[in-house]
Amino acid sequence: MTKSPEQLEQELKRRSKAAKLEIWGRVVSFSALILIVAVVVAIIGFVASKGLATFTTNHVNLWDFLSGKNWNPSLTDAHGKPEVGALSMIVGSFLITVLSAIVATPFAIGTAVFMNEISPNRGAKILQPVTELLVGIPSVVYGFIGLSVVVPFTRSVFGGSGFGILSGTCVLFVMILPTVTSMSADALRAVPRYYREASLALGATQWQTIYKVVLRAATPGLMTAVVFGMARAFGEALAVQMVIGNAALMPHSLVDPAATLTSVLTTGIGNTVMGSLQNNALWSLALVLLLMSLVFNLIIRLIGRKGRLQ
Amino acid sequence: MFMSSDIAKPGTTPERHIVQPTDAQHPTVLSTEGLHVFYGDKEAIYEGDLKFARNQITALIGASGSGKSTFLRSLNRMNDRIATVKGRIMYRGVDINQPDIDVYEMRRRIGMVFQRPNPFAKSIYDNIAFALRLRGVTAKNKLDEIVETSLRQAALWDQVKDELDKSALALSGGQAQRLCIARAIAVKPDVLLLDEPASALDPVSTSQLEDTLLKLKQHYTIIIVTHNMQQAARISEYTAFFNQGRVLEYDTTSQIFTNPQVQVTSDYVSGNFG
Repeated sequence: MTKSPEQLEQELKRRSKAAKLEIWGRVVSFSALILIVAVVVAIIGFVASKGLATFTTNHVNLWDFLSGKNWNPSLTDAHGKPEVGALSMIVGSFLITVLSAIVATPFAIGTAVFMNEISPNRGAKILQPVTELLVGIPSVVYGFIGLSVVVPFTRSVFGGSGFGILSGTCVLFVMILPTVTSMSADALRAVPRYYREASLALGATQWQTIYKVVLRAATPGLMTAVVFGMARAFGEALAVQMVIGNAALMPHSLVDPAATLTSVLTTGIGNTVMGSLQNNALWSLALVLLLMSLVFNLIIRLIGRKGRLQ
Repeated sequence: MFMSSDIAKPGTTPERHIVQPTDAQHPTVLSTEGLHVFYGDKEAIYEGDLKFARNQITALIGASGSGKSTFLRSLNRMNDRIATVKGRIMYRGVDINQPDIDVYEMRRRIGMVFQRPNPFAKSIYDNIAFALRLRGVTAKNKLDEIVETSLRQAALWDQVKDELDKSALALSGGQAQRLCIARAIAVKPDVLLLDEPASALDPVSTSQLEDTLLKLKQHYTIIIVTHNMQQAARISEYTAFFNQGRVLEYDTTSQIFTNPQVQVTSDYVSGNFG
């Protein structure tokens, strides 16, 4: 028995269960996407509106905010302007970020090379779980270890209170190490095997192959790994706050108490009244942080694009 | 029907037929003696004793998994890290399969070109200068000279002489493969091993590559693994037929293709295995 074209058309146009499920799936995943985007936009909008209030409502000069060295929002200076110079914190944040990245990078790349090139079996067996464990340790634990081990050590070696950029760098370096290591390992793993074979077949030693071929080819990926680590270091609050000393002063040495954007935020935000200048000034710091992490993201994307073009 | 269990019936044709080259003008440069290759417990090659004649092209043919690539990669010890190679690999009277052989120095003499063109993400010039610089050659004029002669020998010079600074990744497949050959011969090896060098190339590039190999024969001893039997017939003097980890037949190429002695070889070269 053959079906008439009308019957067939009806059958083909009828929404089957599978077709309905398909629509459902799209609706669910699309709403998830909308929700995430909405949350991100809301956060950026909120931080921006609060952070900009310092300049619009409280009429603080943007340049004074970025270049001023005195941070004491509840006081005014000789000209009657509030002291909301954020430079010392910005410098503190950058210093601690760059230093910890500089210390972490050679260790991370060395470890990644060992895991991938020299002893893949042992690397996978021992180092993989270790790095994963390091990622999983809560930052307060790092901070606590920093407070009870690193700070006294710095104090006994360099004198002073022990709190400062140096202690912060020591703690942050360990915190970003697993991120940078595992991402560097990924970057090395992405280098095609035939690059290594080509190099070895030309009579290059294993070390020459690693140095001249594998690391060169993985450079964009390694740079991404370092920037990711820096982004993490820049945004880390709790552990840094516990060891840096929290003195919003221009850092003159690595062992003087200093402050970062995050440490001032975490120590200050509970002690201010919403809508006051003191509160708005903290939001401005948060805005700077947010913008900086956007910049880090941008850098990572740029490196990634350049890597693909090569 | 060519089956993995096919072995010629006794009495009709021999099971193996090995004729090593004896041409006095082309003495043996490289040979294997008692070669066995294991991947873990699995034995990949157990009868593969061949002699390779100097300044000649020897083709290794056989179905996928017959062990010809494994054999080739063992010759300059590229398999060291993934397989166990037992037996002797004699290169001009020296067993290069001894543990204390400097494999890096040995690979300068026994170079290799792979199936897939694998230029580095560097300029054409730097690709060829790579191995030279590793050996401490830094003088610009010396490098220039070797880059030019290598590219000329690989028949690529005329196409790339004005763009040596361009990335090697921009080359076409055939050009890239000839670049890899130029890169391999830049260190003036003695033996050149090629692992299916034309399998990723179109027919025109393949034919150019074959012309290049025929010219290179004057300077180098060439051993080439190929799936393309016409290619083996066109360019090689000697052909070895691999089957399940054994060399079943080895003779001059014309013998192998016109008068094979072993039934399995005969089936393979005549395409009678479907």
